Amino acid sequence: MKRKSRGAFLFLTPSVLLLLIFFIVPIILTICFAFTNMALTGSAARNLQFIGFQNFTNMFQDPDFRISVWRTLVFLIFSAVIGQVVLGFILALLMKEKNVTFRRIIGIIVIAGWVTPEIVVAFCMVAFFSDNGSLNQIIGWFGISPVSWLFSFPMVSVIIANIWHGTAFSMMVYQSALDEIPKDIEEAATIDGASNFKILSYITIPMVKGSIVTNMMLVTLQTLGVFTLIYTMTGGGPGTATQTLPVFMYNQAFVNYQFGYGTAISLVLLVIGIVASLFYMKSMKVKV
Amino acid sequence: MKMNKFKVSMTAAMASLLLLTTACSSSNSNSGSGAAEGKQEVTITFRSSGSEDTLTKYFESGLIEKFETDNPDIKIKIAPVLASEGDYTSKIVLQMKSPDTAPDIVAEDTSIIKSDAAAGYLEPLDTQVAGWSDWKDKFIENLKAGVTGEDGKIYGVPATSDTRGIWYNKELLAQAGLPVPFKPANWDEVLEAARTIKDKLPGVTPLNMIVGKSSGEGVTMQTLEMLLYGTNDTLYNDETKKWVVSSPGLLDSFKFINQLFNVDKTGPSMQVALNGQAGSIAFQQLFPQGKLAMAVDGSWAGSTWFENGAAPIENVADKMGFAPFPTQNGQEPGAITMSGGWAWSIPAQSQNKEAAWKFLEFLMNQENATGRVVAEGNLSPRNDSVDVAGYTDRTYTAEAQALLEVAKFRPANDQYATVSAQLQSIVESIASGKLSPEDAVKQLKDNVTRSLGEDKVEVK
Repeated sequence: MKRKSRGAFLFLTPSVLLLLIFFIVPIILTICFAFTNMALTGSAARNLQFIGFQNFTNMFQDPDFRISVWRTLVFLIFSAVIGQVVLGFILALLMKEKNVTFRRIIGIIVIAGWVTPEIVVAFCMVAFFSDNGSLNQIIGWFGISPVSWLFSFPMVSVIIANIWHGTAFSMMVYQSALDEIPKDIEEAATIDGASNFKILSYITIPMVKGSIVTNMMLVTLQTLGVFTLIYTMTGGGPGTATQTLPVFMYNQAFVNYQFGYGTAISLVLLVIGIVASLFYMKSMKVKV
Repeated sequence: MKMNKFKVSMTAAMASLLLLTTACSSSNSNSGSGAAEGKQEVTITFRSSGSEDTLTKYFESGLIEKFETDNPDIKIKIAPVLASEGDYTSKIVLQMKSPDTAPDIVAEDTSIIKSDAAAGYLEPLDTQVAGWSDWKDKFIENLKAGVTGEDGKIYGVPATSDTRGIWYNKELLAQAGLPVPFKPANWDEVLEAARTIKDKLPGVTPLNMIVGKSSGEGVTMQTLEMLLYGTNDTLYNDETKKWVVSSPGLLDSFKFINQLFNVDKTGPSMQVALNGQAGSIAFQQLFPQGKLAMAVDGSWAGSTWFENGAAPIENVADKMGFAPFPTQNGQEPGAITMSGGWAWSIPAQSQNKEAAWKFLEFLMNQENATGRVVAEGNLSPRNDSVDVAGYTDRTYTAEAQALLEVAKFRPANDQYATVSAQLQSIVESIASGKLSPEDAVKQLKDNVTRSLGEDKVEVK
């Protein structure tokens, strides 16, 4: 028995080593750098010093940081939780047991948004929302004067862009989950006289609960990391109107050249991700 | 027997691994120095604007061949970096950090050169310039301050210089009943002219100023400092060595931006203003189409309209003008301009410093240095460029050169980048109506104090 376990350990070593090099060491380094004055240029770039919790004290006193946390939460709730998760579920539900051609056509349209790279999505959306873009031309047909969407409604614009880009993923997750529900359970409920809404809330949703939590977690983590889309569409502006934490982090690290401060912000982002994931697991009572 | 097989295969594996690593390292050193051909390879890095980049074209116009013919042991490799102004700085810094990636000559914006020098990325060039006769007499003296580090050492050779002013469309101003040539005496006259144009010429943007933080340093230097240095205040107090984060001049400058964009609404639309390409849109599209009347921008911008420029305009001198930007109340010296420019430096991690300096001397001799600024529409850092045919007779050069007499330079401090980044974000917020001028002063004070410390700032 002992020999066997030693053998198992030997076979595990490569994967543990790989995890250590590519996953754990970078995280530890990030944590260390968050406590330094690391900078890209200037005299601080030469004298790397440990400065304790200075970066974190600065951060919590920085009104820009508080604004960014708020923007991140708004972006997260509307574009990930409400937008992608709910819309994806509705789409999957509507397509359930529909005719194959219909499913395929809708599927292709939605998935087109998902397979498009983030930077391309951003450029498409700029073309859509810009002053003489498609949206203004469409509302022009109804006699409505053009609106500067990216300037007047920057957050709404980036939220719509992220929903367009991400919904297909949720839809596909739910589609496969819904397909796995045995038909006879729902049929039995129908025969017993349950309404569609009751079937949905007492049978369908509880049976795909696991997929919902996994999907919410994935979509949340993905949305927390959205940078290219926002940076390309609005640059975090106008002013700080769409400055989410990743954009704020980029600005501190690569525009202000304060790497230490940037890594401290990235740690906060990591913590938000962990807290959100734990919250989902706890609230849906799913064990991982 | 089995054991033997294992040993053999292990040895073979180790040997192939070794071979692989040596192959990698030898290919590295080859690409670094061009040792394979027995030549030293000097890599020169600068910011390129794309396939039509003037500087790239200038290098490829026979300049490099000429140098390589004269110096058969050196090979010049141009390695332009395609990036926005802000990204360029971080990209080259990351390159300069390692001897494997550091170029041998690098173009540095004079606003960042002190920071990079303080970080130890650049090689001091004092010995080299001491042995170079041109340096002492031929380079404009006050430009040398821009390439001197805080330790007093020289970290670069100035390559281009510039001034800023108001570009204007003579025809549009005449149509609006404004005097041509345009020569506003104070800020009020600039704003008044913009209001007149708005009233008389609907559909024309009266005055473009760079305010989008995606335009980077342009926001600070071309817009805010052009205003601020025309008041009685400055951004940095050279005597106390502190940043002036709150002053009447600063508040007035913020008020000017607010007046232009939010009160009079005579600035460009936010969609244009916040675009990273705001400058190009103004000069390549709006001005040539007659949709823009005035723009505060650099002396080089007019070359866009020359015959070989990006948006040629016929008889350009008859249609477009360049006016000095006035001081706040017309106080002495009446006009103000900020001057900056780019320099060539040698990274500390460069592997071919001697060859690099040789090329730098060649690049910055009278003929080649002037050739470049003529191609780019810039001002020359050499005072003997005026003797080169074709330099002064370029349209607008005389006006731009004259402004050098009232030119101010950005604070000589390695914290400038941090303060400038704060200003960019604040100016954008004011222009987009998200921040009042009074709150902006407070925000600047808070933010700069937090990043640099209480002892580095003062209030006037």
